[in-house]
Amino acid sequence: MRASKPLMPPAFSLQSLGLHSRRRQSALMKGFAYVVCTLMAVAYVFPLYWMITTALKTDVEVFLVPPSLFPKDPQWGNFIASTQYIPFWLYMYNTLVICALTILGTVISCSLIAYGFARVKWPGRNLVFLIYLSTIMLPAQVTMIPLYIVFRQLGWVGTIWPLVVPAFFGNALYVFLLRQFMMTIPNELSDAARIDGAGELGIFWRIIVPLIKPALATVALFTFVATYRDFLGPLISLTEQNQWTISLGLKMFQNMYGAQWQLMMAAATLTMIPTVILFFLTQRTFIEGIALTGIKG
Amino acid sequence: MTAATNARTLNLNARKLRSLLTGLAFISPAIIGFLAFAAWPIVQSLYYSFTDYNVLQPPIFIGLENYRDLLNDRVYGIALRNTLYMVFIGLPIHLIFDFLMALLLATQIRGLSIYRTIFYLPSITPVVAATIVWLWLFNGQYGILNVFLEWLGLQRIGWLTDPRFTKPSLIFMGLWFGGNTILIYLAGLRDVPVSLLEAAELDGANALRKTWHVTLPMMSPVIFYTIIINVIGYFQYFTEAWVLTATRDGSAGGPLNSMLFYAMYLYQSAFQLFKMGYASAQAWILFAIVLLATAVLFRTSGWVYYRSEE
Repeated sequence: MRASKPLMPPAFSLQSLGLHSRRRQSALMKGFAYVVCTLMAVAYVFPLYWMITTALKTDVEVFLVPPSLFPKDPQWGNFIASTQYIPFWLYMYNTLVICALTILGTVISCSLIAYGFARVKWPGRNLVFLIYLSTIMLPAQVTMIPLYIVFRQLGWVGTIWPLVVPAFFGNALYVFLLRQFMMTIPNELSDAARIDGAGELGIFWRIIVPLIKPALATVALFTFVATYRDFLGPLISLTEQNQWTISLGLKMFQNMYGAQWQLMMAAATLTMIPTVILFFLTQRTFIEGIALTGIKG
Repeated sequence: MTAATNARTLNLNARKLRSLLTGLAFISPAIIGFLAFAAWPIVQSLYYSFTDYNVLQPPIFIGLENYRDLLNDRVYGIALRNTLYMVFIGLPIHLIFDFLMALLLATQIRGLSIYRTIFYLPSITPVVAATIVWLWLFNGQYGILNVFLEWLGLQRIGWLTDPRFTKPSLIFMGLWFGGNTILIYLAGLRDVPVSLLEAAELDGANALRKTWHVTLPMMSPVIFYTIIINVIGYFQYFTEAWVLTATRDGSAGGPLNSMLFYAMYLYQSAFQLFKMGYASAQAWILFAIVLLATAVLFRTSGWVYYRSEE
């Protein structure tokens, strides 16, 4: 049977032969997608697999040719050793403090701003929103230098404030996301509260915020991941070594002990763990959030 | 005009004014943020770009000298060319790859959520940690990629040491971080109305034609959005190349500066050499390029098809 050739490009094969062949065509297509997706998935997982297995090798086994696919005698101690070459836990703590404050600032400011754009009708708000939205496209390089100079004059270089304070003044992308969400809430809810004598802040706090909690969770998650991954911001602002984030620490680790691959892979693994755990706990929020930011763009 | 209507318009205006003030009060963090972290720095960096400024002494106005110097700066030219390489070659490869991956995932295979997780996961790993892993994979002598090539009977590649291969290596590595775009495309694909695809099928269209004539037009706003966001992102390409190439003494860029990108040279000018004026001129040229690129993209966006909301 010719049709059983599994990898025949489905698009060119059985066209316009009626319903029966079309069903076979889609079965072929599915099989093809299945094979390719699985191969790609293996390729995508491999770097992480290689990171973890390298982290468990001895400093001799790391350089074995050909390399062993699985560590012969797993060196769990590498994980402990890797946290002693650099003040790993201090850097992790610093990172999490910055993340927490940034999330706090972003969630508060963005939800208030989004309310002003979505739930209060005022002349010119669409134009102002459009201008505000355009800041998404502003490259950080354009504002980086004047801001550094001001932060320096304020004595903030060498502290976490240059990284944290701007978060309290909104982020256009997240405002956009929250505004989309708020606009789906029926106006009758706010009107009813207004008749009952509630002020705008009361409506915001008691009616809107409870309804947009899923969107706020998305914003908090995205902010966490972006802040945790950030490198350039801390590189410019955190001049004191004891304030470094984990990303800065890892880069220094690599510069100083670059040949100790098993230790670097162990440190990299430990660094990835928080985001990976968080992702598995909150997968749905992530995935829905991406759809929200992408679709209506 | 009677007194009554007069009072009513007054009342209306008062209400309008109140809602204006309420709205402005709610968005006031954005107003302050916009002025302090966007508008003012843009203007200020334009001013700095006309000065010689090393932070310690006050800026000295030197007119267009920074811009003239940039024209003759060979290394700056390399950084600009490398960045354009990523925008014009790396970006199309990435977006086409991500789109194809999304198309495959959209064929409703079993275990979609597992695949989705696997493809998305790398894009949320910390960039520095993930790049260090790639440094190990790319290692010329012991890296698994070269071991694999040898096993296939091919020649080893100087992934990060041969200037001919360094940028393709970065693009190759970048595929691994594409999960975000794949998921955006996947969400868009699910929004393509099934009725349209069925209608095309009844008209005898095969999978390729359905993709070309139905899926692509319906997806064009999403594709356009990812192009804009990624063009802007690639002009700021920094962390991956910095982690792969920066040495202890602060030099970066790899062999023959083949991995020196615009944002890296700008960073070095500003924060290693403290040539703030020179770096600001670079920043403004970048700004102009990005504005021009977005303007061109919007001007040529006739291919984008917007479904009208019902």
